[in-house]
Amino acid sequence: MTFVEQMDFLWSSFVALDWKMVVMWVIGGTLIYLAIKKEMEPTLLLPLGFGTIMVNLPWSGAIGPEGPLSVLFNAGIANELFPLILFIGIGAMIDFGPVLSNPKLMLFGAAAQFGIFFTMCVASMFFPLNDAAAIGIIGAADGPTAISVAIKLGSKYLPAIMVAAYSYMALVPIIQPPVIKLLTTKKERMIRMPYRPGNVSKATKILFPIVITLVAGMVAPASIALVGFLMFGNLIRECGVLNSLSETAQKVLANLVTIFLGLTIASQMVADKFLVPETLLILGLGLFAFVFDTAGGVLFAKFLNLFLKEKLNPMIGAAGISAFPMSGRVVHKMGLEEDPQNHLLMQSIGVNVSGQIASVIAGGMILNFFM
Amino acid sequence: MNFEPMNFVHNLSYMGVGMLGIFIVMGVIIGAVYGLGKLLGKK
Repeated sequence: MTFVEQMDFLWSSFVALDWKMVVMWVIGGTLIYLAIKKEMEPTLLLPLGFGTIMVNLPWSGAIGPEGPLSVLFNAGIANELFPLILFIGIGAMIDFGPVLSNPKLMLFGAAAQFGIFFTMCVASMFFPLNDAAAIGIIGAADGPTAISVAIKLGSKYLPAIMVAAYSYMALVPIIQPPVIKLLTTKKERMIRMPYRPGNVSKATKILFPIVITLVAGMVAPASIALVGFLMFGNLIRECGVLNSLSETAQKVLANLVTIFLGLTIASQMVADKFLVPETLLILGLGLFAFVFDTAGGVLFAKFLNLFLKEKLNPMIGAAGISAFPMSGRVVHKMGLEEDPQNHLLMQSIGVNVSGQIASVIAGGMILNFFM
Repeated sequence: MNFEPMNFVHNLSYMGVGMLGIFIVMGVIIGAVYGLGKLLGKK
């Protein structure tokens, strides 16, 4: 064997390099750029971007039967474990106080799930129904729910669905305002909604996650793990005797799982699977879902205003998508832009957390339909 | 990937049932929260 033949290993990877891999490097780099420079969901997009580069190298040892990312995928994503564990952390982060002091706000959380089902119907024109439902759930604006439902429905488009779900969640401040402005008049956006805080007993806060688990579990048993883990996290927060566990769930646990989640999902972002026309269509449909979620919430508030003496500011309906807390803040900011004295933060955050519950229930409904 | 426009119409029933289901569940939860409030007081 000549010296040149012996040195083959140095350039064999260059020979095997495919243009599609280079495109994936650019996509990975873009995700890293968005995470660092634009601070768009950096905890997720950065590991996802880096992982994308790692798995798109010729003969990448990160994936394959013994590749660590594939092992992690089988151990934590294929069986939905990572998204569910992440839900414990999310549940521990959420304060349901604003919605418990005004439970009617939960109706907006329900209305703003419209985009999920409408997008599912539109997507069914192009995709089999299980994939269409998994694409529709991008509109849940809730990464773990989107991942969990897509896996349970056996969708082969999981990477694209996840990229769309997390990217659009980060883009809520850009996506929602034009839709809200299109559907409301300046006069409507200026409607003031005085906040009347009600005292919520500690017992109510403790029993709330248990009641939600019971109700959701009876109606949509397929979603009991989704709802249950979220509510378990909230129970840890509210019980008052597990503060250290609550803090661990909110910070250490959530951060740890997020690192693995991003890197592991990247194991599916190999060029041959990702660079297909369907990916572009899924990204478009994801945006569609967010737009129609927003529209559903706003139009529902306008509908209620037909019957109410004390009018609602229809913008709060838009906060019913579960992108928490971005959506609530967007509505609050838009209210202040129209009238510097119009503070909608508490109402919009209340609607926002109810959207979190509603999106999980919507995921459960979809699982009930198609499993 | 095929384009089947009629699938949109066929699947609208899922949208109706799904949205109705969410409103019912949220309605039950709202009722439960009001019930808890009455039962357990405000403090």
